[in-house]
Amino acid sequence: MSHVPAIGAALDNGKSGEPYWKKVFDGFERSKEWIRKVKPDVILLVYNDHAVAFSLDIIPTFALGCAAEFPVADEGWGPRPVPKVIGHPELAAHIAQSVILDEFDLTVVNKMEVDHGLTVPLSLMYGQPKAWPCPVIPLPVNVVVYPPPTANRCYQLGRALRKAIRSYGEDLRVVVFGTGGMSHQLQGPRAGFINSKYDRRFLDRMTKDPKSLTRITHLELLREAGSEGIELVMWLIMRGALDAKVREVHRFYHVPASNTAVGHLVLENVK
Amino acid sequence: MGKPKAYDDIPGTTVFDAQRSRQGYHLNMFCMSLMKAENREAFKANERAYLDRWPMTEEQKQAVLDRDWNGMIDRGGNIYYLAKLFFTDQKSFQYVAAIMTGSTQEEYAAMMLKGGRPPEGNRYKKEWKKKRG
Repeated sequence: MSHVPAIGAALDNGKSGEPYWKKVFDGFERSKEWIRKVKPDVILLVYNDHAVAFSLDIIPTFALGCAAEFPVADEGWGPRPVPKVIGHPELAAHIAQSVILDEFDLTVVNKMEVDHGLTVPLSLMYGQPKAWPCPVIPLPVNVVVYPPPTANRCYQLGRALRKAIRSYGEDLRVVVFGTGGMSHQLQGPRAGFINSKYDRRFLDRMTKDPKSLTRITHLELLREAGSEGIELVMWLIMRGALDAKVREVHRFYHVPASNTAVGHLVLENVK
Repeated sequence: MGKPKAYDDIPGTTVFDAQRSRQGYHLNMFCMSLMKAENREAFKANERAYLDRWPMTEEQKQAVLDRDWNGMIDRGGNIYYLAKLFFTDQKSFQYVAAIMTGSTQEEYAAMMLKGGRPPEGNRYKKEWKKKRG
């Protein structure tokens, strides 16, 4: 799912009914209905921090938010008018322990602000509630400083997360958000780059053939999906956490939202 | 800088790798400081004086004063850090993207509405050279 900051701004400034933005928000109606029915106990939200919680001082490749709550960051405009994010420290601690022993050396974070990368996907799924309906465990991935983790590494982390969630003592319904992308480039003379054909094929493969996506190289993503489209690796963490066989509940693809292609998939284990 | 990289042949694109992040460290950290309201005020009150608090190169400072976005990127700036600067100016990603591509706001917005800059002809530097003849 995409996290375009302008989507958040459109919602916060009451512009979601304007024709340009309505096309984007309408694509999420079905998903909002879905998540109302599914009622997750916890959301594990894979996203990237945009030089907000992490600077060039410390750049964790994978991190896990283990705090009880996460304030909404001021990214330069003042903080988005959205509720603070409540964490799930018990499950987060369990996940950290499980995946680290599974050889994924992620960084444990006990104090962190969250930016539009995390709050825009929540807004798209829940609109403008007074409080978010469930706790959220943030899992930031570095995609700002090259190189981000490989597609395969992301997929394998997803597998480890699945194992971790399954081995938690309590029976919780966990929904994993994989966010970022799709094709876009925000910088330099090639800004505005969009590759719809590539995006649509990526969505097909997410559902039916995720293993093939683990072989995608960074060079391919930079060239075919744009310098910021490399964020697509984060989708594979979500996909790795699901069963090999999934049901595609909903798909939405739209160009443009500001500078980007918006892509969105809802997948469910078949079982 | 250093050995040529496989991604150097993508046109109009600067990959923010470890070398770039070293080159642009102070420029980017200056941008990051603008996430605090009091720093935004201090910067707006006297840009030059605020910039002089940072050990940036003169070229980096001048690029900031000129709002030369491609110039900042050439000198190690990263778009997500530069965003703090254009947010301080109350400008959007799309505003800056139009400038970086040398188009007007209207042209750029129209290109995006038509589906964006297509991959055809925009994958390799040699394709851009051919275009320019």
